[in-house]
Amino acid sequence: MIKRPTRVALALATSAAALLALSACVPNNPTSSDDSKALTVDSSKTACDVSTSTAPSGTLSFSIKNTGDQVSEFYLLADDGLRIIGEVENIGPGISRELVVQAKPGDYFTVCKPGMIGAGIGKTAFTVTDSGTDLAATGDDATAVAAAATNYVAYVKDQVEGLVTSTDTFLDAFRSGDVEKAKSLYATTRAAYERIEPVAESFGDLDPKIDFREADVEAGTEWTGWHRIEKDLWPPAAADNGGKTYVALTDAERTKYADLLKTDTASLNEAVHASDYTVSIDAISNGATGLLDEVASGKITGEEEIWSHTDLWDFQANLEGARVAYEGVRDIAEPKDAALVKQIDGEFTSLETLLAQYGSLDKGFKYYNELSTTEIKSLSDGVNALSEPLSKLTAVLVG
Amino acid sequence: MTTPPAPDGRGLSRRGLFSLAGAGVVGAGLGVGITAAVTQSTASTIRATDSFTFYGKHQAGIVTPAQDRLHFAAFDVSDITRAELAELLSDWTYAANRMTAGLGAGPYGPTSGPYEAPPDDTGEALDLPPSGLTITFGFGPTLFDSRFGLASKRPDALIDLPHFPGDALQPALVGGDLCIQACSDDPQIAVHAIRNLSRIAFGRASLRWSQLGFGRTSSTTRAQATPRNLFGFKDGTANMRAEDTAEVNKQIWVNAGDGADWMTGGSYLVSRKIRMTIETWDRTSLHEQETVIGRTKGEGAPLSGGSEFTEPDFSTLGREDKPLIDEKAHVRLAHPTSNKGAEILRRGYNFVDGNDDLGRLNAGLFFICFQRDPRTQFVPLQLNLAKNDAMNEYTRHVGSGIFAVPPGASSGRPIGAGLFD
Repeated sequence: MIKRPTRVALALATSAAALLALSACVPNNPTSSDDSKALTVDSSKTACDVSTSTAPSGTLSFSIKNTGDQVSEFYLLADDGLRIIGEVENIGPGISRELVVQAKPGDYFTVCKPGMIGAGIGKTAFTVTDSGTDLAATGDDATAVAAAATNYVAYVKDQVEGLVTSTDTFLDAFRSGDVEKAKSLYATTRAAYERIEPVAESFGDLDPKIDFREADVEAGTEWTGWHRIEKDLWPPAAADNGGKTYVALTDAERTKYADLLKTDTASLNEAVHASDYTVSIDAISNGATGLLDEVASGKITGEEEIWSHTDLWDFQANLEGARVAYEGVRDIAEPKDAALVKQIDGEFTSLETLLAQYGSLDKGFKYYNELSTTEIKSLSDGVNALSEPLSKLTAVLVG
Repeated sequence: MTTPPAPDGRGLSRRGLFSLAGAGVVGAGLGVGITAAVTQSTASTIRATDSFTFYGKHQAGIVTPAQDRLHFAAFDVSDITRAELAELLSDWTYAANRMTAGLGAGPYGPTSGPYEAPPDDTGEALDLPPSGLTITFGFGPTLFDSRFGLASKRPDALIDLPHFPGDALQPALVGGDLCIQACSDDPQIAVHAIRNLSRIAFGRASLRWSQLGFGRTSSTTRAQATPRNLFGFKDGTANMRAEDTAEVNKQIWVNAGDGADWMTGGSYLVSRKIRMTIETWDRTSLHEQETVIGRTKGEGAPLSGGSEFTEPDFSTLGREDKPLIDEKAHVRLAHPTSNKGAEILRRGYNFVDGNDDLGRLNAGLFFICFQRDPRTQFVPLQLNLAKNDAMNEYTRHVGSGIFAVPPGASSGRPIGAGLFD
């Protein structure tokens, strides 16, 4: 492969550049931390003691220890004493947690909230002096964040609406026993589901009904959904079925499983159309990583579509879904960490190009069992190359 | 300092000796007593010179302070007779008694004996101290089929494990007629034990699967610090400890009247080879990691507050009245209060078996637990975890075994003698 050395060289170049950048502002001794920026907070029953009331601008790290007896919270507030710059919630008694923020020069307040109610205690002025550190823009991106959520919810609704319609077409073929037609529709119909899989998984009991593999099912519980139908469309030989001869579903059983999948898909559609349904920005960003984790743990191993071997269709759909989620928050992240965004952009393109060598949703892909170990490994490497920087996106967005 | 009981005078069977040293030496050197003085330790740190006596009411390697290294092996018994099976167990007892005392597997040792015969010990443990070696034997369900007339001896508690949701078991890593758990602070000592015991078994039993482990993932005594698993979290904070005698008697040892009489004083071992998808795990936020486990990554304190050994409070609520310890957190689901009081003694090890075809480390936890009855302990616990545990996203069970671990041996009563009474 010609591609790999290029990527390694790039990665090295990036690290070298990062090291150079760091060496300009970090003490040479790697064991000593920059004390002026490492702050401690003692959140007790009656006070909120910060180790210092001034710090130089840049990355500040507050280590908050809850020495009280109630669940506590810590806030860094803007000069109006209201707007939240950074917060840590759910600190159990005795527990320590860190808050890492990019602080610009200015006036702030620190405050703790033991018991999680009221205005908090120990509200104290906190000053950030100008250290000359070039800070990434933060700005107020409330509008952009709200827009990202609205757009992503619209995308989810659109995908699920499409899924409802295409699933009906697929199930009609399956019910009527038109095996060839059902097989030809199977993988492309599932794509809409795979694009928004983490959303479906967030609705507790729906994903198990719709998308469980046979091995996921507890003894005594009925196995339903896409993969139940998959097995009937691509019936396994006895050797691949625990030594047992596979018995095809009867007409009545086909109708039953088709009806169940229709119902469960309709429930999913209702859930995403609920008036109070929304997503947070970190859920969108984590959803992108989650989709690639799905690829890494199920598709790249051929376990998701064990009978149809249409794993690359799912891979493509997961990747498309991850791309949409990423694009929705990309512009919010870019001013904060342009290098990371650039890296993610590049890796998305690389992986999309690599996967396109094996087909497309329109024309079909190579089946998983036709891929060589080398081909699978190069796809897996591509997933890792994208997932690693992508996993850093959420912290940038909410930081 | 105590002197271990001398091994019984019968020594190795002709067949066992044949395996070790060839036929030429039969009759020579049988019954050489163990003369080396050894110490038995229950201290927190096992010293290299420490050894644990093989004979006893219970087998060693269960409540013994967990050593740092493991070599676990499962065997298929060959087409042999009932008497030959008994003889194998007798030979294994003989060799295990010697090796745990720091001696060679056979009477001559690695550098003595007839010059034209292969040595009766393989030699890699030469010059090394016993390093806390324990050797623990167990019997799988398949040993009780029709081959050896043992069907009526099968304890009810030695069930065939059910399918757990998400199981991805590989047949080559499952089951076995017999098992041997060898633990030591020196990996070479543990490997030496399995190597010599499998050599003794050639022709009578052969390796089905085996597993090396490092970095014990549980403490079994109060004085041991809690180690970490490959997720980077402390593992086994709430494990049962040898000092909790009443609990150990109630939850670990088979009591008289529990079922099969020959198992009284024994225990049941369940092993699970759990692959961890560490590449995916390493990409999750610290927040998510702590939420999945239910404890802090640093100290290991429950998220409800306190320090490592503070009892978790599952009712403590945080923002939006959500519990600080998530409903799907591992610590909640594995806790006795979520499992009708059932506990197990965990004695697992980390493993890294190189890497897979995709360039990912083939890494995880080789889980071992002991209990009085798997039907009310491991099985309901694992069902609960397999269905609900948030950690399942990062784990995959690929190997599995269940074994009846008989009580300890004594002079003239080899391991498993009760099977043949």
